[in-house]
Amino acid sequence: MTDAVVSLESGKKSFGSNQVLKDISLTVNKGDVLAIIGPSGGGKSTLLRCMTLLETLDGGSLAYGDLAVATDAGGRAVYGGKQVLAKAKERFGLVFQNFNLFPHYTVMKNITDPLICVQKMPKEQAEARAVELLAKMGLSGKEAMVPCELSGGQQQRVAIARALAMNPDVLFFDEPTSALDPELTREVLKVIRDLASEHMTMVIVTHEMSFARDVADRIIFMDGGVIVEEGPAEQLINNPQHNRTKAFLSNYANN
Amino acid sequence: MEFGVMMGILLGGLQLTVAIFFITLIGALPLGVVVALARMSRFKPLSLVARFYISILRGTPLMLQLMAIMFGPYYLFGLEMGADWKFGACAIGFILNYAAYFAEIYRSGIQSIPRGQYEAASVLGYTKAQTFMKIVLPQVIKRILPAMGNEIITLVKDTSLAFVLGIMEMFNAAKALAAREVSMVPYAIAALIYWVFCLLIEFVMNKVEKKLDYYHD
Repeated sequence: MTDAVVSLESGKKSFGSNQVLKDISLTVNKGDVLAIIGPSGGGKSTLLRCMTLLETLDGGSLAYGDLAVATDAGGRAVYGGKQVLAKAKERFGLVFQNFNLFPHYTVMKNITDPLICVQKMPKEQAEARAVELLAKMGLSGKEAMVPCELSGGQQQRVAIARALAMNPDVLFFDEPTSALDPELTREVLKVIRDLASEHMTMVIVTHEMSFARDVADRIIFMDGGVIVEEGPAEQLINNPQHNRTKAFLSNYANN
Repeated sequence: MEFGVMMGILLGGLQLTVAIFFITLIGALPLGVVVALARMSRFKPLSLVARFYISILRGTPLMLQLMAIMFGPYYLFGLEMGADWKFGACAIGFILNYAAYFAEIYRSGIQSIPRGQYEAASVLGYTKAQTFMKIVLPQVIKRILPAMGNEIITLVKDTSLAFVLGIMEMFNAAKALAAREVSMVPYAIAALIYWVFCLLIEFVMNKVEKKLDYYHD
């Protein structure tokens, strides 16, 4: 357990009378690549949003390494103070489905501004890191452009660079290619594959089954707010045990 | 009366018109932010007060508001405000009134910023204040420029309402000249000057819009 980068215990979340997460427990260890698959409305995105503090858990506990973010007190999740949350945010990054780059900032400033503004990094150092990461994303020479001048695939790679620049322990992806056509999807998936081969710890919500199988060590199948099945990637995709998983995966038979 | 003398009197009035214009902007632009934030506050009583404020100031004539502020202190509290109070009353009236309109424009702009911008900023660790100042506000400014241009041009012409307080701004000066000369020419000249003033504002607003045209979303 010492390697756990993030762990969620008995996470529960409801919107009104609709219980979206029913007692979910999940641990991600250093170097893990975890894919979360499942039908829309099954709770995948809510799970990710709870883990990235965009939503608050109703019940359960959440920890980033040795940092307890939320603790369970009699079935209710009690969150730490502002400083705890700020510290937790240094430990993870999130890549959104629709990128959410800052449209009024250049590519360079999208990456450097959080470093300068949040991590108090000197400007030169932040820019050097941005240039390096953009090169890694295949985006050298785009520094001075603004997001609207880039393709969706390029924007998503800038978003990945922006998240990586903060040097997170774990990087979450919320359907990172759902807004992209197949060609642009491929260039984004390649970048994520490269990160996996460098043992970046990642949690990826995706509808790309073959990608999930190839890149993830472990896959979770979620439906109806519970983890229906969990296992090694190859096994869960090629040889699912639960009927619900089988039914879901049969939709992707051609993949 | 010689044309030059007439122009001199009108331009003298223009100085007061310009003063009312800028004092209103200086006061109402920031006050509008406060009112807008109060209006959007999740603290219900504060939001209700802001709604009431906006409703009253938009729902009654500015001319009446100016008179209420001018004469209110005497009729309500028996206070003698002195001869210069009309300038204070004028500034307060215009600022309070325009802040209400600006607040609603700000609100429309702030609420048009996608949630994803706030979420991205939150995940990256920006504080609420940083998110507002660095991420939200610059995008809001671009979005509300056309509506603000409209409102600011309206302000140029609304300054003429100061005449009800006996302030000798340009409209009042034109009115006095027209009465004395039994001529409509002073009004025509005043109209021309108002229009040139508005042209200048259009020019500046266009420049700013062009400057912010480097991105779209």
